[in-house]
Amino acid sequence: MSSDPFIRLREVCRNFQVGDETVHALDHVTLDIQAGNYISVMGPSGSGKSTLLNMLGLLDQTDAGSYQLAGRELTTLAEEARAQVRREKIGFIFQSFHLIPRLTAAENVELPLVLAGMPASERRAKVQQVLQGLGLQERADHRPAQLSGGQQQRVAIARATILQAPLLLADEPTGNLDSHSSADVIRILEELNAQGITLIVVTHDTNIGGRARRRIRMVDGKVVKDET
Amino acid sequence: MTPPDTLQFSYRALRAYPGRTALILLAMCIGVAAIILLTSLGEGARLYVISQFQGLGSNLLIVLPGRSETTGGAPPLLGTTPRDLTLDDAIALYRSPAIKEVAPIIVGAAPVAYGSLEREVTIMGSTPALLSARQLTLASGQSLPDTNPRVAAAVCLLGETVWKELFASRNALGEWVRIGQTRYRVIGVLAGKGQSLGMDMSDMVIIPVASARNLFNAPSLFRIIVTAQGQEQLAQARRDVETIIRQRHDGEDDITVIAQDSLIGTFDNILSALTWALGGIAAISLVVAGILIMNVMLVAVSQRKAEIGLLKALGAPTTQVLRLFLTEATLLASAGGFIGLLLGLGGVFALNQLLTDFSVQPPWWAVIASVVVTFLTGLLFGSIPARQAARLDPVAALSGR
Ligand SMILES: Nc1ncnc2c1ncn2[C@@H]1O[C@H](COP(=O)(O)OP(=O)(O)OP(=O)(O)O)[C@@H](O)[C@H]1O
Ligand SMILES: [Mg+2]
Repeated sequence: MSSDPFIRLREVCRNFQVGDETVHALDHVTLDIQAGNYISVMGPSGSGKSTLLNMLGLLDQTDAGSYQLAGRELTTLAEEARAQVRREKIGFIFQSFHLIPRLTAAENVELPLVLAGMPASERRAKVQQVLQGLGLQERADHRPAQLSGGQQQRVAIARATILQAPLLLADEPTGNLDSHSSADVIRILEELNAQGITLIVVTHDTNIGGRARRRIRMVDGKVVKDET
Repeated sequence: MTPPDTLQFSYRALRAYPGRTALILLAMCIGVAAIILLTSLGEGARLYVISQFQGLGSNLLIVLPGRSETTGGAPPLLGTTPRDLTLDDAIALYRSPAIKEVAPIIVGAAPVAYGSLEREVTIMGSTPALLSARQLTLASGQSLPDTNPRVAAAVCLLGETVWKELFASRNALGEWVRIGQTRYRVIGVLAGKGQSLGMDMSDMVIIPVASARNLFNAPSLFRIIVTAQGQEQLAQARRDVETIIRQRHDGEDDITVIAQDSLIGTFDNILSALTWALGGIAAISLVVAGILIMNVMLVAVSQRKAEIGLLKALGAPTTQVLRLFLTEATLLASAGGFIGLLLGLGGVFALNQLLTDFSVQPPWWAVIASVVVTFLTGLLFGSIPARQAARLDPVAALSGR
């Protein structure tokens, strides 16, 4: 390896206690991911894909091992500092979009800016610009319930990227979409990756998974295949 | 997240659940309105009683037969049956230079008749000093003769109501009315004066004290009203009253002397306490409202788990989530409290329109306290749900678990 990896995982473990049994959702996972890469994570249900993504996104803890992002050790950070990393470095996209139903599309997109404490005057232009880039300017004042699934996921992508986080994590982003909308969403994600964002997509769809530059396969919490 | 953004976000969340929001507003609002109304009634009662006493004239001492516990002395025990107050006791009080006037009083009821009209009326036997002591004025005629109080005279003063009823508001001066078995000449009519100390001063007839003694065949006085020379002489007058009566009653302290001031003070204290108690009772409804807020917010937290998880995924620190839900609770409580305050003040206004001689007004402390308490209620009862929201695990929350 010529340069330090953007993401550096060493022997990361995540265990869940289910009754008497310990589930090793992540079983000594070691991975290096370069900045700007495009990675798909596949594997059977329960193999630990979501757990990996949540761990990378600091939504979940590790039980052992080391996680460094851009050279900084994150497993030892306090909660407030972890929140700051989430806010500044990581964008999340979920299968079920997770838009706040009472807010308009524009307000949902604006939310990370509000949380970051940006003044209202600066927010508006930025939201406008991002929505326009995703062809959603017409839908800015619509509620999530008035949007199609594909449109909702595009709003979610706008929200995840508005603060220019360098890492984008997508957990089955097309799981609730028809093939046309899926293709749309994947195209947008790949465009973002082309602009330099590091993209990690968890998917069950082999067509989608196969498009990634690096394809990781997990079984029982372990990385069993890793092809580039 | 800036405070205005936090407020805005919470406000939008409240707007999104109108039924729930309205319920809490109502509960809060009823609590505060109850506090304002009840304390206003208590305060109104206090001011009413004070105004009643103030109609009594100042520099007054009231001398009652019998030792009262309220002044701190021992209650009458066996063998110390209090003596009655007599007219001679009252006259003896004039010996004190600190005392300006003495009004001995005998009270009873007797039928009063003029022509074919007859009515049972309160009869007060006294001296001309009564009029100045109780600040009574004459509408026409003259006061009781200022002669030796031991001498009876068949003259009387009519209260305004009695005069209107018996004489149908025609001239009464010089006319004769029958009180009990005796005929009395009307020499004066009192100007209208409302209630004072629970006694309707216009619905009575005043006759000389010696005449009343004969009428009721009672040698003892109901009480004596003493007017001091001035405010400074009040304490001296009181000591003199006690000494003179003790001398006359074989060294027994068997009277009670009440200063008007201390009487007002006592009632003031009692009624202030009553007002506080009423406020306290009403405040219980705020606790109920607080518990309602807590429950509703707990429901809100569990319904909005996904939203909370999302906020955390977007990088909201736990303190921010805490602040959002606390803001929601206090916003709800304060808004409800504010509406309740307006409603309570509206109720006070309406009561004042209905009650003419009893004025209701909210004590300032109740107004301030209700505002502060509603805010604290929101903060206190909102803190448990808010803490719960802030502690949610983001992964579990996002999956709705
Ligand atoms: N909070 C939890 N408590 C207990 N067990 C858990 C928890 N979260 C995950 N697991 C377990 O960890 C393992 C990995 O789960 P994970 O959600 O990462 O799987 P996945 O690969 O995303 O599956 P799917 O494709 O169905 O989404 C599973 O066996 C799951 O049951
Ligand atoms: Mg999963």
